[in-house]
Amino acid sequence: MANQTSSIKSPIIKRWQTWYTFVAFLYMYLPIAVLTIFSFNESPSPSQWTGFTWSWYAKFLQNPTLLAALWNSLSVAFTAVSVSAVLGTLTAVGLAKYYFPAKKIYRGATYLPLIIPDIAIAVATLVFFAAIKLPLSLGTIVIAHIVFCLAYVSVVVSSRLANIDPKLEEAALDLGATPIQAFMRVMLPQLLPGIVSGCLLAFVLSMDDFVIAYFTAGVGATTLPIAIFSSLRSGGVTPELNALSVLLIIASASIAAIAEAVRSWGNRN
Amino acid sequence: MTADNVNEAPNDGEQSAKIKWLEPFAILFPSGFWLVTFLIIPTIFIFIQSFVPIGKTEFGLDNYQQVFRFVGGNFIYLVVVWRSLLYAMITTAFCVILGFPVAYWLAIIAPKSWRNILLLLFVLPLWTSSLLRSYAWITILRPTGILNTFLNLIGLSGINFLNKAEGVIIGMIYTYLPYMVLVLFTSLERLDLRLLEAAADLGANAKQTFWQVTIPQVSSGIIAGAALVSITSFSDYINPQLLGGPGSRTIASIIELQFLGAGSNKGFGSALSMVLILAVSIVIALLIKYGDRRVVSDG
Repeated sequence: MANQTSSIKSPIIKRWQTWYTFVAFLYMYLPIAVLTIFSFNESPSPSQWTGFTWSWYAKFLQNPTLLAALWNSLSVAFTAVSVSAVLGTLTAVGLAKYYFPAKKIYRGATYLPLIIPDIAIAVATLVFFAAIKLPLSLGTIVIAHIVFCLAYVSVVVSSRLANIDPKLEEAALDLGATPIQAFMRVMLPQLLPGIVSGCLLAFVLSMDDFVIAYFTAGVGATTLPIAIFSSLRSGGVTPELNALSVLLIIASASIAAIAEAVRSWGNRN
Repeated sequence: MTADNVNEAPNDGEQSAKIKWLEPFAILFPSGFWLVTFLIIPTIFIFIQSFVPIGKTEFGLDNYQQVFRFVGGNFIYLVVVWRSLLYAMITTAFCVILGFPVAYWLAIIAPKSWRNILLLLFVLPLWTSSLLRSYAWITILRPTGILNTFLNLIGLSGINFLNKAEGVIIGMIYTYLPYMVLVLFTSLERLDLRLLEAAADLGANAKQTFWQVTIPQVSSGIIAGAALVSITSFSDYINPQLLGGPGSRTIASIIELQFLGAGSNKGFGSALSMVLILAVSIVIALLIKYGDRRVVSDG
């Protein structure tokens, strides 16, 4: 009994969970450390270290295939997220505000993209596009990405909405604001942290999506994950990919940091 | 009576019944339209296609029978479904066992002001390209890779995990562990620590407290995390494709082959997709049933 009480209060450094978690952190970062180290390795072989070099970064920046794919991915993600920001926010607001028949079904439908496996969404979308004879292109990837991006934005904004006092909007209406003014000036600023973090999440997921893009991409509409996958599959793995992954990790870490900052700033307000 | 009623009264007067109906419609229609057109109708398309056997025009169950095809003493496709299920279950078990102490530390033991930032740091690898993370594991696991170099250095013989089940499962555990920790953290964060102290005061030892007080409080979180990880790992495409070999193909690879492969059979691929969706729906149904009930009894 005394033991139990003392073990709850024993110093953090002496607890086995602390060391276990430390090892778990090492495990999570091991692959990333490996990619980073070998991105600076002179030898293209990942089995030995021959010396430090920046040349793989220079080579990546001069690789037209990878750069074009990066540009395609950024355009797809940017377009899909912009549309989803509006649609997802409207959905979250509408679901919080109105009661209507079949509301449960509507809400369930917004969760479907998060539940149905990517591979099933991918083949269904492919079959559908073929049936309506829509030629595959970058645009078809955007259409497919909006489906899951709007679901993520809607879920994140909904959870933010749950913490907002609905009386604020009512007060604005009472004080003579039109419904649009009340939404734009009172609700939107409150929702903004939720919208921003939902969009950042959707952006990262869209940039990272391989399976859906692989099925819905037309000839020449190669996104970054598709380009990475084909170079991994053909065995033509070069340390340029290491350099690219380090750059992507830095970019993602910055986006994640921004998202967290926005979230905690939102919670404080 | 309440403030709500007072506030809504003038609005009701201004808005005609028609506008009242129009506003929610305008707000909810765009997403609804998008989801119905580009998700629900396509899913109905493959549902219908799954009943159209290859080379025929009339409906039939041939594609579903193909799932049970028996060739050379083997259920060639059922084996793949079973393998996907097995990988998903092993991955889920490892994620719960490995993830729980981490989530516990992050949610309860870590200094309060550091918790969110440490959690963010733990799940940060999720924000990096999943393909490149699997690629990093190739670098680690390959015969001349880092793991074997290290094993040789300490005098052990090398092991090859690549292109077989072990490699796929290592990759899957790595991919899904952050999700598990995220869900468990949310659940453990709400753990009532006073109950633990009360249990200790009443004479329970650490083991009894853990199994009889802590675990029942977070069981809905464990169920939710296990459901999430098993669904996503069951349909994983990237890890089996990059870290596995021909003997460790999973259902997602087989579906891909039916649509983009050489001997494509879209009807059969659609049937397999429906099997996948059905399996996932069962897990979700169980989650709603048991996840919720626990939450209710927790409250």
